[in-house]
Amino acid sequence: MEVLVVNIQGLSTNPGDLPNLHNILKQAHDSLHAESIRLLPLLDMLDPSLHSLGYLYILEACTSSALSKEQASAVVLPTARFMNSCSKEQIQLAPEKFISVCKRFKDYVMQLEAPMRGVAPMLAAIRKIQSSSEHLTPLHPEFLVLCLLSKCYKAGLSILDEDIFEVDQPKDLLLYCYYGGMICIGEKRFRKAVELLHNVVTAPMSVITAVAVEAYKKYILVSLIHNGQFSTSLPKYTSSVAQRNLKNICQPYIELANSYTTGKIADFETVAQKYQEKFDNDNNLGLVKQAISSMYKRNIQRLTQTYLTLSLQDIANSVQLNSAKEAEMHVLQMIQDGEIFATINQKDGMVSFLEDPEQYKSCGMIERIDSSIQRIMALSRKLTTMNENISCDPMYLAKVGRERQRFDFDDYDPVPQRFNI
Amino acid sequence: MDADDETTAAMIDDEIYANGGGEDENRNRPIISGEPLDVEAYASLYGGRTKISRLLFIAEQSRGCRNEAMELEALRMAYDEVKKGENTQWFRDVAQKIDGRLGPEYQMDLAWCESVDRRAEQKREKLENELNAYRTNLIKESIRMGYNDFGDFHYSHGQLGDAFKNYVRTRDYCTTSKHIVHMCMCSILVSIEMGQFTHVASYVSKAEQTQEALDPITVAKLRCAAGLANLEAKKYKLAARKFLDTGHELGNNYNEVIAPQDIATYGGLCALASFDRAELKACILVLLSFVFWNKVIDNLNFRNFLELVPEIREVINDFYSSRYASCLDYLGNLKANLLLDIHLHDHLETLYDQIRNKALIQYTHPFVSVDLNMMANAFKTDVAGLEKELEALITDNQVQARIDSHNKILYARHADQRNATFQRALQTGNEFDRDVKSMLLRVNLFKHESNQKQSKKS
Repeated sequence: MEVLVVNIQGLSTNPGDLPNLHNILKQAHDSLHAESIRLLPLLDMLDPSLHSLGYLYILEACTSSALSKEQASAVVLPTARFMNSCSKEQIQLAPEKFISVCKRFKDYVMQLEAPMRGVAPMLAAIRKIQSSSEHLTPLHPEFLVLCLLSKCYKAGLSILDEDIFEVDQPKDLLLYCYYGGMICIGEKRFRKAVELLHNVVTAPMSVITAVAVEAYKKYILVSLIHNGQFSTSLPKYTSSVAQRNLKNICQPYIELANSYTTGKIADFETVAQKYQEKFDNDNNLGLVKQAISSMYKRNIQRLTQTYLTLSLQDIANSVQLNSAKEAEMHVLQMIQDGEIFATINQKDGMVSFLEDPEQYKSCGMIERIDSSIQRIMALSRKLTTMNENISCDPMYLAKVGRERQRFDFDDYDPVPQRFNI
Repeated sequence: MDADDETTAAMIDDEIYANGGGEDENRNRPIISGEPLDVEAYASLYGGRTKISRLLFIAEQSRGCRNEAMELEALRMAYDEVKKGENTQWFRDVAQKIDGRLGPEYQMDLAWCESVDRRAEQKREKLENELNAYRTNLIKESIRMGYNDFGDFHYSHGQLGDAFKNYVRTRDYCTTSKHIVHMCMCSILVSIEMGQFTHVASYVSKAEQTQEALDPITVAKLRCAAGLANLEAKKYKLAARKFLDTGHELGNNYNEVIAPQDIATYGGLCALASFDRAELKACILVLLSFVFWNKVIDNLNFRNFLELVPEIREVINDFYSSRYASCLDYLGNLKANLLLDIHLHDHLETLYDQIRNKALIQYTHPFVSVDLNMMANAFKTDVAGLEKELEALITDNQVQARIDSHNKILYARHADQRNATFQRALQTGNEFDRDVKSMLLRVNLFKHESNQKQSKKS
């Protein structure tokens, strides 16, 4: 074992020696696993940032067998330090080991019931293993789970704001989007939540998974809150299994969505009461309550389209609130949240609805428009490069070559002969 | 000074309520105050099956309104008509509905039923034998006439489904376009009676394709039938156009389906509910020609129903000149009688609602601000109800305005195009963003799937 440690210390400094070191470590793999947790003291002799590869192997061996609570708490601290300070290049040589170490780290942290301890290290680990900011690693969903359990939503949001385009495992994506949706709901960013949940529901899948079902339930509720409507027909690109089965499994939610569109709050509340237990079991009762309050808001917003001034009593009547006082509270809240533009005249009990004062002339607005344009141009460029890549892809050309029309022999042939299969 | 002010104020009010320029003549013309329909006069406009079915419809509706006198009158006339024909099923129905209320002459006459049935059976056998003979002889024309006779037989006995089948069978044996037109007309007649207006539409288009064989009367009949089909399909604009295109050559020639007054009525109401102002003006001129023609025919006996036609014209005139109160009043008065019409009955409510909405929209259209009190007076409703109606129209985006509920004023509101454009642009950008990102993600996932499949295969 000491020989191994010496090797690690010696060969880690020079990048050229790393493959050599890697081989040695691979050969020592089994013997390391045999020692398991007893290797823990060895870690004190190594520096996680310099000797990352060796540290990783030893750490992985330590955690390979099931650990008791005290052993787990002993391992957690070095692992966290390692995740924070390891060297990226060395880690990239053994990514699966790194991922499995991090996953076990998460398990220990949860076992110790201190998820918050895992948030920062996990974030660092993601940065280390990502090949680019658009890359989704298996650690992303683990990180989001820790954020959810420790209620550190803002940390989760920082990851969610980055766009993902490359995915290793579809399963990771589904979980990532589902947890991401839940975090966005917690932070009341409903637009992003709808996007994420939509991605889960429309992802290509061959069988219905529990993730898809739960995501669909939340998707229904969040689109009611955000858009005020929900269409039960899924877009064309949804997988056929999803289209066929999701609606049947989530019947109470569909009923709820249908009663929302009628605009009658009493009906909606009766349906909510009817299935209250079910919603509770799915942990969606909070969302249902938010949907009810969003209904009031939507009704009041509709009034701004038809009236210039309206008495509080009339508002209460048309929105089916109990009294003018309640109407006043609702309207006040909406004005503060910036959802409507109005002034309340308490002397007459009248509310005057105003136009949106945004004139689209300010510098801030120009900046916003400009950044939108830049962003969309970048996306466009991305699409074109992707198109070009596929056009050069041999498999694609083979398929096209097979199926293209054959005209006269002398005709200009866009596909070279090599692909004539 | 004060007295002067008052009178001038009253005069101004009057003018404002009038809210229309143009013909200021007959401000106090006689209003037909829902005079009950003269059933006999009404029925004399029609012939054939439609007469009886309309009478039965009137009887049914009167029973619903508990107007026993009208019900019995209608049933009495129906009984007389049915006895002239050969439809025993109908006879039994009518007799049952009368239920002895009209005295001993209008009872169930089983002997008559049996004799008619016996004769029918004999005739049917004869027709069938003839048809079989023709079929073996393979003479196209006689086969066609054989099926035709069969169709007529079934029609007069009330077996509409069989009649239709037989008429359609003649199609294979038609040799000239006149035959085809005849077949189409018979099929249309039966389909209208059966209420299957999709068939009506298809046979009308089939008949219209044979241009050579069509004389003006047949063309007019086809347009009528097309109009009826559109009315049933709730395509009021198309129906109005078809009815108004019919022209007065039709005369009484189609009274086994429709009377010329009906064309004016249906066409007028549908036009009022769906035409814009230019078309409405043309419609008024067409209806004028109807009135002239009817006066020529000198049907002085049938005043009540005849006067309906100039009423429709007056209604449209009022609407066009923005005298909404009197227009809507007239319509209300005509409603009771119009509900007794077999084709209009199901559509009258919708048509009336559409007409009322159009009136409201047209009233508010030229103004920047409208005082709701005055508008309520012009439409003879109260302000609260008017507010609700306007709210519905605004939500539906048929009126671009907003209501100042405190001062009861309606302000026209013109959307700020510039702001709306900016908003839409930003929104489109966001949607594009979102959609393309999820598309790229999905492409990636697909690539994975196909890579997995590739690796599984290899």
